[in-house]
Amino acid sequence: MNLSRAAPKKGENFELRSDLNSEYRDRRKDAIKRVIANMTVGKDVSGLFPDVLKNMQTDDLEQKKLVYLYLMNYAKTQPELVILAVNTFVKDADDPNPLVRALAIRTMGMLRAEKIIDYLSDPLQKCLRDENPYVRKTACLCVAKLYDLKPELAIDNGFIGQLQEMVSDSNPMVVANAITALTDIHATAVLNATESSPAPLQANFIITPQVLGKLLIALGESSEWGRVALLTCLARYKAVDEKESEHICERVLPQFQHVNGSVVLAAVKVMMVHMRHLTREDLVKQIIKKMAPPLVTLVSSAPETQWVALRNINLLLQKRPDILQNEMRVFFCKYNDPPYVKLEKLDIMIRLAQEKNVDTLLSELKEYASEVDVDFVRRAIKAIGQCAIKIESSAGRCVQVLLELINTRVSYVVQEAVVVMKDIFRKYPHNYEGVIPTLCANLDELDEPEAKASLIWIIGEYAEKIDNASELLGVFVDSFLEEAYQVQLQTLTAVVKLYMKKPESAQGVVSKVLETATKDCDSPDVRDRAYIYWRLLSTDPNAAKAVILATRPPITLAQTTVPPVILEELLGEIGTLASVYHKPAETFVGRGRVGADAVHRKIEGQEDEAIREKALQTLVAGQQAENLLDFDEAVAGEDQPTGLAATTAAVVQSSAGHKVLTSANPLDDLASLFGSSSLATPTQAPAPSPMSPPASMFPSVPSAAPLSNGPAVPSKPQEDLLGLF
Amino acid sequence: MASLIAILDLKGKPLIQRTYRDDVSPSQIERFLPLALELEEDGQAVKPCFSSGGVNYMHIRHSNLYLLALSKRNTNAAEIIIFLHRLVSVLIEYFKELEEESIRDNFVIIYELLDEMMDFGYPQTTESKILQEYITQESHKLEVQASVPITVTNAVSWRSEGIRYRKNEVFLDVIESVNMLVNANGNVIRSEILGAVKMKCYLSGMPELRLGLNDKVMFETTGRTSRGKSIEMEDVKFHQCVRLSRFESDRTISFIPPDGEFELMTYRLSTPVKPLIWVEAAVESYRGSRVEYMVKVRAQFKRRSQANNVEIFVPVPEDADTPKFRASTGGVQYAPEKSAFVWKIKQLGGGREFLMRAHFGLPSVKNVDDVDRRPPIQVKFEIPYFTVSGIQVRYLKIVEKSGYQALPWVRYITQSGDEYAMRTLQEKDASIQPI
Repeated sequence: MNLSRAAPKKGENFELRSDLNSEYRDRRKDAIKRVIANMTVGKDVSGLFPDVLKNMQTDDLEQKKLVYLYLMNYAKTQPELVILAVNTFVKDADDPNPLVRALAIRTMGMLRAEKIIDYLSDPLQKCLRDENPYVRKTACLCVAKLYDLKPELAIDNGFIGQLQEMVSDSNPMVVANAITALTDIHATAVLNATESSPAPLQANFIITPQVLGKLLIALGESSEWGRVALLTCLARYKAVDEKESEHICERVLPQFQHVNGSVVLAAVKVMMVHMRHLTREDLVKQIIKKMAPPLVTLVSSAPETQWVALRNINLLLQKRPDILQNEMRVFFCKYNDPPYVKLEKLDIMIRLAQEKNVDTLLSELKEYASEVDVDFVRRAIKAIGQCAIKIESSAGRCVQVLLELINTRVSYVVQEAVVVMKDIFRKYPHNYEGVIPTLCANLDELDEPEAKASLIWIIGEYAEKIDNASELLGVFVDSFLEEAYQVQLQTLTAVVKLYMKKPESAQGVVSKVLETATKDCDSPDVRDRAYIYWRLLSTDPNAAKAVILATRPPITLAQTTVPPVILEELLGEIGTLASVYHKPAETFVGRGRVGADAVHRKIEGQEDEAIREKALQTLVAGQQAENLLDFDEAVAGEDQPTGLAATTAAVVQSSAGHKVLTSANPLDDLASLFGSSSLATPTQAPAPSPMSPPASMFPSVPSAAPLSNGPAVPSKPQEDLLGLF
Repeated sequence: MASLIAILDLKGKPLIQRTYRDDVSPSQIERFLPLALELEEDGQAVKPCFSSGGVNYMHIRHSNLYLLALSKRNTNAAEIIIFLHRLVSVLIEYFKELEEESIRDNFVIIYELLDEMMDFGYPQTTESKILQEYITQESHKLEVQASVPITVTNAVSWRSEGIRYRKNEVFLDVIESVNMLVNANGNVIRSEILGAVKMKCYLSGMPELRLGLNDKVMFETTGRTSRGKSIEMEDVKFHQCVRLSRFESDRTISFIPPDGEFELMTYRLSTPVKPLIWVEAAVESYRGSRVEYMVKVRAQFKRRSQANNVEIFVPVPEDADTPKFRASTGGVQYAPEKSAFVWKIKQLGGGREFLMRAHFGLPSVKNVDDVDRRPPIQVKFEIPYFTVSGIQVRYLKIVEKSGYQALPWVRYITQSGDEYAMRTLQEKDASIQPI
């Protein structure tokens, strides 16, 4: 920086400097353009500050804008020199041309230099009362800029009070910007508030019934972006009674017809908030009915907009599954949809699946399973399994489709289908045993741990019905040490199951697997499980039977991927990032300029129990959503260091497979058997892989443990929350 | 709310950027593409919005550019994403094409536009017609200094006062796009009509317009019986000039139009549509030697109508070579970059049916891992003087206080939407049969 400030004797900046000081107007303007061009490509032209500044006073509006632009970029680096610009700014703020007045006030607010801010008050005062609405609307936002930089200045000069008066301005655009500024100031104040210095009262934007009236009037006349601001504000308003809520809903209803999707979503948000207070069934029904068509239309917009809409629709359906019940076809994937749209559509289709449309859905899913995008294909197959579990009567057809897919012998299709079949067995243990031979025939095709683990689980579970079970499992026992941990765990359990069901044929293989697992395996999880089995088997075979062959409760498909409290909060944030991520804002927003860590620290510091609780809930929800079959698989024994166990758990996580064996109940027994009352929590903490959004809807099976264990979890959950993104 | 807006090239290098709030450092822009690539490497689809290190990245793609907005707060993502799209369309109206070069050539005006379209991260004026009134490329040629058109902040922010035309005319184009998906066994599994009413308005003064359509709901609410068919529009969206509350109460479409060209309304119908143009393809593949196609097209609409510029895209294997075509009408071209051949028919009369045959060679060795891509057959067409839905403009009333007479002209057209597709059967491997 110092280098550039020393006047160069040659080079481009030298030339520019002489041109900037040229006696010819055209030449000076051209030089300014070149300076800006250099700035655009990232060259440092801050050294030309005084020379550019000289060209600020001009009648040429374009030139003025360019100089202003330059100032905005470099004011922070040259705070002492900015002061030279003040006079021109103040003069410009009084120019007869409103465009110049607005430009001056807009730019002054952007300079963010302490020195200039002190000179801002007078012109701002004037501009807020300007006769031209264009200047007033620009001045409104300037108050918010001022507050962001120096809150006390905005408060002491009464600017905020003035903004509140401007909510009654005759011009709708001014009203909208006054509202925007007040909302922004409110948000800034809340973000910057700390224990010691709470948000100043003046910054608080309380929407009174009077303001409400103004908002509703301005709504019809505002520009599209103004409407978004007004609607966002309406969603924050606390209605005094049901009648008022009704009134708001009725007045907002026409906004569903707006062409701008963000207006539509903001209107949906207002409805979702104020509908909570409605008791009139017919009105609620009417609103819901009118909400569907505009949502469907959003699905034909540009892919990015579509995706934002789909994420929000996904949330809305969790609250009101009836909104789009007849519109499933709308969500059929187009061949050229981007992957992120396709995956989101799949998720919504499952939500909308019912008895009457499941056939159409299945043939569609089968079609997707033959596309080229591997990830999408897998998700489509997974969706078939979700259908089977959600709609009992369709399970037979789903299994049929899965079998057809297995017959394609495309490797990843077969593997995913096997994983899904395991889930179907978990739900309907006795209906589809006939499929098992086909599955076993594909044993050699499997090379992914999850698929292998799933098939092994199936073999163990139905060992008594598979003649060559010990032979099949023997293959895995032979290669035991080369397998992934989740496959090892599954093999171990399956062999023990086989031994209990058919002791005569499994004697050899069971001792071999226990031997290998306890002696040569380097995973404490596997080792511990092997020890547990071994001791169980040698001390009390009946207890072993009760534990290992216990019946598991069937899995179900959850209605929601977020806990009810958070769902309500997110519905009040429709259209925002929170609703797009399906995470409460606290989990990802920074505090003012401090950054996200402030919130992070706050949570860790256990100061705000509510936030912490919420964060934990989110985490748990995320996990629940993550794994198809998320068991409370707290196998960690008492003698295990928590940290290590946690690492392994993280390594083997996302393996629905090995969790299958260890359903919660037997584990509780196990734990008590070994006198370990501490079902160590680390297994609750595996970071949900950020890969798939809360998509699959299988809840963690019977364990209430995640929730109750929650508060005991140390700081890990917070990291995970952030890790989600 | 956006703290920063930037336009990046495909390598993630910012071509132009504008900071609106200083809570996000411009250096974060450079992190965008590496982050996106990282996500991709993890096997995830890169989503339009993601968060990293407390910064939220919201972006859209436009040809070879990324338009990126950054924010630290819980921003209204829908608003920002739509704003970015709007920015694209404004820039296109200014420069015809939006690409790296047009950005480099016009950075001054883009800065001006970014300054006007967004303030402190909040979208302001995005109507390109209004922007063009005071942000022009030839500003230095103007004798008089530009000033804010009062329209910017008017309640009627889309039309300036004092417009004059010698001849007052209005042109209405009713354009219906048909989206359709037909599965391999010939069933329509999804169809929808996306309609748009576009206007070209050459009217003086501040005219009040009222548009009457054969809208079923309107007939029902007013208790009038319609002569002929009425249609049930499922979702109607209006240009901001239309009074929404008026439409909500009695379905009247009343408005003061912007000057010149604009889209007055769009609507959607999901009533099942019979395919207007039916295409089926029989494929015979002799693995390792050749593949043969027989494509049949049938125009399933009334004889007096005719489809223009019909284009049928039939996908072929990526490694197909030496194409040979024979068509009973129109011309066929191989488009290897799309792995398809295109059958173009200039005019296809209602009720007509045509055939074409294609023959491709296939390499004798095939990579076993290659998955057969089976994109659907895509069809493009337009049928003038015809609407699938049966929508009709019943009247367009134009009232201006000077009392001039204005002529409305109406034109109807039906065309294929972005997805008019027919899925094909899994290729039958015919190599076992004797040749």
